[in-house]
Amino acid sequence: MYVISRRIGFYILTAIAAVTVDFFIPRVIPGNPVEAVLSHMQGQAFTKQTVHALQLQFGSNTTEGLWGQYTHFWNNLFHGNLGISTSNGMVPVTTVIRGALPWTLGLIGTATVISFILGTLLGVLVAWRRGTWLDTLLPATTFFQAAPYFFLAFLAIDLFAIKLGWFPPERAYGQLDFPAFDWSYISDVLDHAVLPALTIVVASAAGWIVGMRNVMVTTMDEDYVLIAQAKGLPKRRVIWYAARNAILPSISSFSLAIGFVVSGALLTEIVFSYPGLGYILLNAVQEADYALLQGIFLVITLAVLVANLAADFVYVFLDPRTRQEA
Amino acid sequence: MAVGSSTDLGATQGVDLTPPPPGQRAGRGRLRLPRSPKVLIGLAGLAVFIVLAVIGPWIAPYNPSRTFSTTASFPLPPSAAHLLGTTQQQQDVLSQLLAGGRSTVLVAFVAGLAATVLSVVIGVTAGYAAGLADDLLSMLANFFLVMPALPLLIVIFGFLPPSQGGDDVLIGAIIAITGWAFGARVLRAQTLSLRNRDYVESARIVGERGWRIIGFEILPNLIPILASSFLFTVLYGVGTYTALAFLGLVNPNHLSWGGMLFYAQVAGAEQSGYWWLFIPPGLAVALLGTSLALLNFGIDEFINPRLRAAGLSRRRARRAQVPGDARPPRRFVLGLTPVIRSTPLTAVNGAGNANFPERPGTLTDQAADGRPDNARGWRGRRRP
Repeated sequence: MYVISRRIGFYILTAIAAVTVDFFIPRVIPGNPVEAVLSHMQGQAFTKQTVHALQLQFGSNTTEGLWGQYTHFWNNLFHGNLGISTSNGMVPVTTVIRGALPWTLGLIGTATVISFILGTLLGVLVAWRRGTWLDTLLPATTFFQAAPYFFLAFLAIDLFAIKLGWFPPERAYGQLDFPAFDWSYISDVLDHAVLPALTIVVASAAGWIVGMRNVMVTTMDEDYVLIAQAKGLPKRRVIWYAARNAILPSISSFSLAIGFVVSGALLTEIVFSYPGLGYILLNAVQEADYALLQGIFLVITLAVLVANLAADFVYVFLDPRTRQEA
Repeated sequence: MAVGSSTDLGATQGVDLTPPPPGQRAGRGRLRLPRSPKVLIGLAGLAVFIVLAVIGPWIAPYNPSRTFSTTASFPLPPSAAHLLGTTQQQQDVLSQLLAGGRSTVLVAFVAGLAATVLSVVIGVTAGYAAGLADDLLSMLANFFLVMPALPLLIVIFGFLPPSQGGDDVLIGAIIAITGWAFGARVLRAQTLSLRNRDYVESARIVGERGWRIIGFEILPNLIPILASSFLFTVLYGVGTYTALAFLGLVNPNHLSWGGMLFYAQVAGAEQSGYWWLFIPPGLAVALLGTSLALLNFGIDEFINPRLRAAGLSRRRARRAQVPGDARPPRRFVLGLTPVIRSTPLTAVNGAGNANFPERPGTLTDQAADGRPDNARGWRGRRRP
């Protein structure tokens, strides 16, 4: 329990740091964000309140001290107020994010789980059959690892959606948004999710394969694996023994990986015009919708922290040595 | 991206420098990369890209921003005049590809260099200083590790005025801020394991100053890890810069491969089958990244010889006389201060500390994830 509480404490501190960074960025970087936002709103009518709200958000032209602004920021945060989105007709940022979040969670969450399981299994296989043709898989995965996710997305659309016409090339559903929650709607959504999910899986599984393979290779040289083989256990049992031990580093490097995967997946969404966080992120960038930008950053960061905490729980659950400490 | 090599690096904690492959002379302190096809291909690829970055803008057939036609309203496919076709704005794609490499490579290397310097300063200081300084610096590194980098960079670049969005060095430096933490963590772990070695202790007893011990005793032993983490950060810089440019966050008039992908997306290339807009720059980025990753694998195999043996099947390994468990005979690249007595190596190996993975590459230890709480084990081990 001591380990877990330490980790929770660390993640809380990190979350506080993330909020603080989010608060300071518009105040530290040169330039006037309020003017930038207003200049992007050409033709739209904006009221004095809008300008005032923006000034409060970015801390310009205000008599309030920095500490006052900071506590104000936190206060707004706890009331679920992330400011207003200037590029979406002045609706609250939280509303915009709430509309996009389920799509991202569904797509990226599912794809990440699939790629972790698939990549780990493949990594075990490649390590076990080392020296065979399976080793040629490694250079290929290197290529997929090094290629930007969105480039793979381009290729996937060009090949599977345009040339072969197997899957729809963009959007998350047909023309009608949420007509009725029936089978035709669900299958429509799934049909639209296949290509983006496939892209994310192909791009991110490579990392899990190589990681698992490398640890598995060293684990297979351990004495207990030799003993398991020597006493004639079926091959499947031996692999199982080795794999159980080799998977721990994969889980503990989850925090490194998840950031990459989420970042890449957000860009994948953009190529597919998938209406998740990545898509509204691009809009926020293009429309200089800074409040939305900050809000998306916070939501993504918090989500990644929660995912990390979950990985830590799994780690402590799987590795009894962590529980013995202290 | 690069999850694999990250795991390798994590696994190299407390691993000594490895012996030369059988049949090679032991050169003292020299970095010998295994001459595997991976390393050779990676080196060759990287060399091509660096040359391209230098001469690319000069060998480009046209000015990359020249507009060839004002009447055509869609990208033209490859032809004799334009070997890779034209963009939506009727610019020559081949020229853009050749000229755009410079910015991409430059940003990536600036990012790699700056991040490596940061990671050495912070990682080695943390590992050497121990105590409160170590706790604080490790905490800082862990913050940056778990914070998703791209969203943070997007916010930073989003607020950056467009006039400053086209400066390669500035972009590289900003990317480095989010890319140093991983290297720092690995370097700290390795410094921890070196700090109590006898030759470092004797340097301390002789009365060497701290900076000299770090610079002449510890740093030479960190070079392979340093190289690996440098390449890792360059790879990270390539991907991140491309992503930022793809999002249009870098000044769109600033030519780069990511910027070309941005315009491909604007032109709807993937929906309309304009493959010549996105395949050349995307492939260039992917190949540059692959070269870096292959080279990194080579260094990983240098640090962790078991991975080298892993390429062979067991029978071939036996024939090649790689020992079954490929456990390296311990050999230390010593620092420059003369050590008077011979080093009892077993004192290090046999300590059997639970926090020290005795055999290279076993990362099943809690210590292997480099979290700050492991430091306690080390501090407890310091000799009186």
